[in-house]
Amino acid sequence: MKIDITLRINGRSCTLSVPAKTTLLEALRDHLGLVGAKEGCGKGECGACTVLVDGKAVNSCLMLAAQAEGKEILTIEGLSQGGPTPLQRAFVEEGAVQCGYCTPGMIMSCEALLRENPNPSEEEIKEAISGNLCRCTGYIKILRAVKKALEER
Amino acid sequence: MRDFKYFRPRTLKEALSILTQERAKVLAGGTDLLVKMKDGLLRPESVMDISFLEELKFIREEEGMVTIGALATHSMLERSPIINTKAPHLAEASRSIGSPQIRNVATIGGNIVNASPAGDSLPPLYTLEAELLLESEKGSRIVAIEEFFTGPGQSIIEPHELLTAIRFKAPRGELLTFFQKLGQRKALAISKVSVAFLATCAADKKFLRKVRIALGAVAPTVIRAREVESFLENGSINEEMVDLAAKLCSEEARPISDIRSTLVYRKKVTGELLKRGLSQFIEGVIS
Repeated sequence: MKIDITLRINGRSCTLSVPAKTTLLEALRDHLGLVGAKEGCGKGECGACTVLVDGKAVNSCLMLAAQAEGKEILTIEGLSQGGPTPLQRAFVEEGAVQCGYCTPGMIMSCEALLRENPNPSEEEIKEAISGNLCRCTGYIKILRAVKKALEER
Repeated sequence: MRDFKYFRPRTLKEALSILTQERAKVLAGGTDLLVKMKDGLLRPESVMDISFLEELKFIREEEGMVTIGALATHSMLERSPIINTKAPHLAEASRSIGSPQIRNVATIGGNIVNASPAGDSLPPLYTLEAELLLESEKGSRIVAIEEFFTGPGQSIIEPHELLTAIRFKAPRGELLTFFQKLGQRKALAISKVSVAFLATCAADKKFLRKVRIALGAVAPTVIRAREVESFLENGSINEEMVDLAAKLCSEEARPISDIRSTLVYRKKVTGELLKRGLSQFIEGVIS
């Protein structure tokens, strides 16, 4: 069954027609060419597919595109429209990227945190990325990057 | 994942009407259903997406009764002032579920209807003696949470019924509560064992009056530890009582061995989690 969906992605309104079973992640990657969000596990365990839906971090692999009807989606591509954000720059400067696969998801989780809590503690940063796995295990560098972004704002 | 007919009701009335006509699987947050569909464990022909039913996204307190809409997310519960004051252990359990991404979409209604004995919001709801409101086009019924579950993944909900709300009497007076769980790691692990505790007590927070204890993942459904409850009721908390209660609690658990843990370990941990929770009250570190 094909469904017509209208939603806003990175500030722009967009309409697509996809099979009902299409996840938001598949819609972004396969229908809209936004390949920043990644599929890791496909089951909500790894967070590589994290995007913001109405400002909140969600696993786009566990949301149907149809559920995003009328919603505002922000992906890593939308975040850097005006050049890299302080958070993104800090990830680069601290070498918190390593293989890079988890990075878009990590950044979107941290972005959601900073929007809700501009001055998080280390515990709160750890909690915010508890749903994101980095298999290079670069967690220390990621924490350092988030703290650096906080200092430089 | 197989494709399906997709329904997106905008009102509860519309949703109940669809459920009468179609054998549709209900999609709320989707964090359990979509995983099962991706794994091929479920292949529904129709899916009804209730995530647009704004009328079921609420938490309110009226005349001493707390009511939670079935579509309240775990994020809503962990932040709710009502839940944090009237049922702090439910807030604690909600905060421990999955990951931030999961908690932002997964709902309390989904956690209940999914009927896993390891569902983390369930033990606190058992201690609150919560009631569930099941609605259908033909009418509605209210079921005590303890009567709802019949086994792992099994409940008495009919295909044409929708869980719309959860309610409980706000416990009165001084409260002692905790939610303790053990999993492989803090985030995203399904609990091996969980223990929820709720006691009303004297003003000094030492003498326990009513005690309610519920155990998760140690039986086909969540269970109340009634022997431990009566053992602790009308007594004070001290080290000796805590040790005895922990032993009794281990005996009351009736777990199985499975992929996540073994029977022996689960029994031991059940008592240990009760002890951990109760010990914070002896030391006077009251949260």
